[in-house]
Amino acid sequence: MAYVAIADRDHEVEHHDPQTFITKYVWSQDHKVIAIQYGATAIFVGVIALLLSAMMRLQLGFPDQFAFINPESYYQFITMHGMIMVIYLLTALFLGGFGNYLIPLMCGSRDMVFPYMNMLSFWVYLVSVIILLASFFVPGGSTGAGWTLYPPQAIMPGTPGIDWGIVLMLLSLAVFIVAFTMGGLNYVTTVLQARCKGMTLMRMPLSVWGIFIATVLGLLAFPALLVSAIMMLFDKGLGTSFFMPAISSMGADPGYTGGSPILFQHLFWFFGHPEVYIVALPAFGIVSDLLSTHARKNIFGYRMMVWAIIAIGGLSFIVWAHHMYVSGMHPYFGFFFATTTLIIAVPTAIKVYNWVLTLWEGHIHLRTPMLFAIGFIFTFIHGGLTGLFLGNVTIDLPLSDTYFVVAHFHMVMGVSPILVVFGAIYHWFPKITGKMYNETLGKWHFWMTFLGTYLIYLPMHYLGFQGVPRRYFAMGNTEFLPQSAQDLNAFITMSALFVAATQILFFINMIWSLKSGQKAGPNPWKATSLEWQTPDTPPKHGNWGHELPVCYRWAYDYSVPGYPDDYIPQNVPPDEAPAGRDHEGEH
Amino acid sequence: MFLAAFLAVFMGWLLKQSFNTQPWVPEEVEETAHQAPLGANAKAVALTTLLAVITSFFALIMSAYAERMELGDWIPMTEPNLLWINTGILVAASIAFQWTRNRANEGNRPMLLPGMLVTGALTIAFIAGQLTVWRMLNASGDYVTVNPANAFFFFMTGAHALHILGGMYVWSRATIRLVTGNDVEKVRQSIELCTIYWHFLLVVWLVMFGLLLST
Repeated sequence: MAYVAIADRDHEVEHHDPQTFITKYVWSQDHKVIAIQYGATAIFVGVIALLLSAMMRLQLGFPDQFAFINPESYYQFITMHGMIMVIYLLTALFLGGFGNYLIPLMCGSRDMVFPYMNMLSFWVYLVSVIILLASFFVPGGSTGAGWTLYPPQAIMPGTPGIDWGIVLMLLSLAVFIVAFTMGGLNYVTTVLQARCKGMTLMRMPLSVWGIFIATVLGLLAFPALLVSAIMMLFDKGLGTSFFMPAISSMGADPGYTGGSPILFQHLFWFFGHPEVYIVALPAFGIVSDLLSTHARKNIFGYRMMVWAIIAIGGLSFIVWAHHMYVSGMHPYFGFFFATTTLIIAVPTAIKVYNWVLTLWEGHIHLRTPMLFAIGFIFTFIHGGLTGLFLGNVTIDLPLSDTYFVVAHFHMVMGVSPILVVFGAIYHWFPKITGKMYNETLGKWHFWMTFLGTYLIYLPMHYLGFQGVPRRYFAMGNTEFLPQSAQDLNAFITMSALFVAATQILFFINMIWSLKSGQKAGPNPWKATSLEWQTPDTPPKHGNWGHELPVCYRWAYDYSVPGYPDDYIPQNVPPDEAPAGRDHEGEH
Repeated sequence: MFLAAFLAVFMGWLLKQSFNTQPWVPEEVEETAHQAPLGANAKAVALTTLLAVITSFFALIMSAYAERMELGDWIPMTEPNLLWINTGILVAASIAFQWTRNRANEGNRPMLLPGMLVTGALTIAFIAGQLTVWRMLNASGDYVTVNPANAFFFFMTGAHALHILGGMYVWSRATIRLVTGNDVEKVRQSIELCTIYWHFLLVVWLVMFGLLLST
């Protein structure tokens, strides 16, 4: 059969509109419903992880004041907080949530290429979440091995949850990876195969680029986690010695023969470092679109932004051992990884410059999504700069395992992507629901979150310089730490509780606006990309009514001279509107 | 190394798409209506992506194998000779699938069902052969826990067999379609993709078997 592109075959394709409540909202194959299912589940577990962090902070700020927090539960809180935030919230939300919602709409497709598999992806993800949460309720509780699950301690007596918790954690990760792979195959195939006419790769909005490359990273990196999870399950369940060294436990010989814990670290971080960019690249892409839309200006250096995303994606696979400088590696090995780590700062810095230059002489509208986007630039620069410290072996060694590291990664992959998540939810809320959110409440939410996170994490850098170790349940009588360190910890806890509490504003805003918000038009931001040009808001099943859109231009034709509106949607033909800028970035 | 090569090719292809483009210039659509640049259909693209994921999975297991065997407690395993016969069966299954696929392309409908059944039988024989190897090893006291080399052997062969069983699921669907007399064109694509998958798993097995034999 001669090859016919999917977009050209549109009239032949039957669209099975869901008929019943169940097929429409529960077992739905519509990418928009699946996106909301993914998003809601991810946010739900995210709130649990947020509560866990609040409990950790209670102990750190006011040691031993709360009977329900003991050393075991503290380690369980740490572990579950980290794992949920990184994998079950951020990865699932960016790729399963935003990826699902945005890829077909921004590419001008009716749906994902394999809707059934897409539906399956969500339900398998839900199973992984249920397995994970079940570990709170099994004998011994969830695992307290730390989110990195390093052996041998992860499965040795002394660590909480070595009977059931760790097994459920590894099982849940394996199930999550299956879910992600099903979703990921869909995202990649849809981007490569199902774009509408005229939507060349180099006309895709940067959100799609970020999600696309992040998915590729995930597909290649998650197998490393799967391999290490299976091998650790073998070590735990069967007594093999993949990772478990010859070791005696409380005077007894558990029978392990001499495995390599370092091997686990290599496998884990071969996944773990790309994971940082699996979370960051979608955030980079989305923030580019938010900045451009709300500054009414084309993104500065579109091609450079695409190349930077690709370069960061490629480089992210050869920097993993910078998480292992203290594991005792050959100096040349450390030198290599320090060099690649610093090289990755180049494309990242290019992106930061381009965001700032996009704002330059733009017509900036400081609406809530824009505030979050600009806030991201701040927090990301701060987190990125401390990354330069930790990427260097000699500086990392004294700072390793201190609060400096905690501050660094929370700024760069905790606060920053979460700010983008909020910005993106506010930005697309009118399209997803057809209602407008409350702008005042949104701004309050932004300022309290943004300033509050600085109150939490800036002092942590200082604690790190003082040598306060991370992961400790209590400092005890540590002589080299002055009382002021404890006072600072109390202050951080107060700030953290404040920021956690202010998130209620977000939920009030969402629920209230969903019920009683003003009706939003189809394109309230006067944006150019295709998702704002749908015939219905919120878009109906099949997205585009009878005719698929045709794309004639990139997504960044803002403030084009000689055109009456300050934006030209991607589906406006060239004879109806002038060419965009003569040269990218020029003004 | 493999991942580096794969990424280099993929990233290179993406970059090639982006050179000499001027995304900011609007154009009439005829020139740029190039929405499926790989010139293949969606299922083939999805399969290719899946093969990349599986390759990453097995490449990582084999890297871990190479790392782990450097340590002192490693005692190389003697692979049972039955593995050679199993390898022969898997090669035969691949050849049978290729033959079936060629018949499908010729539109030779009557030969498809026998081809599929022979392929299926050979593949099941391979799985049974692998299980026999496992039983032989267990019978001779070469349990999974005896030595890391054994643990890796069971892990690698088990993971490979599971991937074959996954393929058998698609094979069974295609065969049922053939029996129920569905549209040949639909089955043809399933056979085509299954053939690629079988060849791929054969290559994975050959590389893995080579690694096991040489260490």
